[in-house]
Amino acid sequence: MITGRIPMIDDFLLRAGLAVIALALATAPLGCFVIWRRMAYFGDATAHAAILGVAIAFGFDISVGIGVLVVALGMALSVTALSNRGHAMDGALGALSHSALALGLVAISLIRGVRIDVEAYLFGDILAVTQNDLWVIWLGVLAVPALILWRWQNLLTTTLNTEIARASGINPEREQMVLTIALAIVVALSIKIVGALLISAMLLIPPSAARNFAHTPAGMALLAVGLSMLAGLGGLWLSFSADTPAGPSVVVMAAAIFLFTQLFRRKG
Amino acid sequence: MSLIRAHDISVHHGDFPALEHVSFAIEAGEIVTVVGPNGSGKSTLLRTILGVFEPSKGRIEKKAGLTIGYVPQKLAQDSGLPLTVRGFLSLPKRVSDAQAKAALEETGANGLEQRQISQLSGGQMQRVLLARAILNEPDILILDEPTQGLDQPGAADFYALIEKVRNNHGCAVLLVSHDLHVVMSASDRVLCLNGHICCEGTPTVVRDAPEYRALFGHGTQGTLALYQHEHDHSHDGCDHDHGAHSND
Repeated sequence: MITGRIPMIDDFLLRAGLAVIALALATAPLGCFVIWRRMAYFGDATAHAAILGVAIAFGFDISVGIGVLVVALGMALSVTALSNRGHAMDGALGALSHSALALGLVAISLIRGVRIDVEAYLFGDILAVTQNDLWVIWLGVLAVPALILWRWQNLLTTTLNTEIARASGINPEREQMVLTIALAIVVALSIKIVGALLISAMLLIPPSAARNFAHTPAGMALLAVGLSMLAGLGGLWLSFSADTPAGPSVVVMAAAIFLFTQLFRRKG
Repeated sequence: MSLIRAHDISVHHGDFPALEHVSFAIEAGEIVTVVGPNGSGKSTLLRTILGVFEPSKGRIEKKAGLTIGYVPQKLAQDSGLPLTVRGFLSLPKRVSDAQAKAALEETGANGLEQRQISQLSGGQMQRVLLARAILNEPDILILDEPTQGLDQPGAADFYALIEKVRNNHGCAVLLVSHDLHVVMSASDRVLCLNGHICCEGTPTVVRDAPEYRALFGHGTQGTLALYQHEHDHSHDGCDHDHGAHSND
């Protein structure tokens, strides 16, 4: 402990705690927009594509984070392009999202010479977060709320009515692009924490729980951050004490919080 | 100089021509009403002015630095976005409490600041949408079927309000409507649209024009859009049927 490292951060549980706190700062505000704009499919498709990104990263021997970021961004852009083209895209989106996941899983099994722990990417392996990971997660994750805060007024206007946005000189497609990029970043950073299959859950569940108690958009986003942190830390505790997988444990906690808030919801 | 000038614009949705050879200009301070049945290209015209659609031919010229106050028919409903009227008035530009209060008072929506947008009645919503649009003093107010869902007295009140707002602020008004008998009197000029401009002029001139009568029938109320188009000039490349006319 005289190597200059901060001793506390060497503790894997503390690292895991700092990782879920960081993640909450990004998923909760982004998740609010996913709900307000009814883009739940968007999170799923992007997260599923992340597995393909993992396969590509191993296949070409590049960093997993970069591989996932690139493929997630590609998927998010395709989904945006598809959904801008109009209705009845459900089938195409489903096909795109699940084939990316399946293709990724097949590709991973074909890569020779490396043993890849697929489960770690599907369900997260939060207790294995290293100090290096933690720096990357915090830096990347802080970019998301920064991006959303920067565009806040424009994003809200576009969400309410794209024509009001246009009339005010806002380009709705550019604002959508902000969310697309933010989502790709979140997927790339959180795949190790909650896993590809459950990223959507962290985007959707805490904001849904916060929705019933908020009077303003900012209020809903802040409350969602708080609930998301609570779910993350509670899930870690569950995982550590009951030896359950971390990602699903965090989501179970989020679901429990959601159920609890439904009991106390305002009428209407 | 005109605020907005359309030079012979055509707009296509895929292969379908929604607007063909439309030219018009809007001058500062005037109230222009665009009327036409459903599917006549009213909304397309409005969205082309806003920049949602690009004209496939012709161009739209806007005064440099033109500011638009837009009043949509409605907002994204049931999206679960918690938003008070006060918060809505600060989109996209933040305004002070005093400005917000003054705008609500002007449109007759006093005291609604803390109400959730989702809990407003149709009439309150229209007034709040209008209040937001007049903040920041736009050069022109653009309204998309603002009286949809209001009853006749409610619509008449709302048109009177628009006229009052125009007189207070001196902004031009461009209004799209299919409910004409109420709107006509408040307008300086009416454009009668059915894929192209059938006729235009002051309300009385348009009312007496044979094209207008063919398009909307005589003195009917409320069901105007049901009456089919019938006139004597041809449309190249456009195969909608003007023949069916049952009102004569």
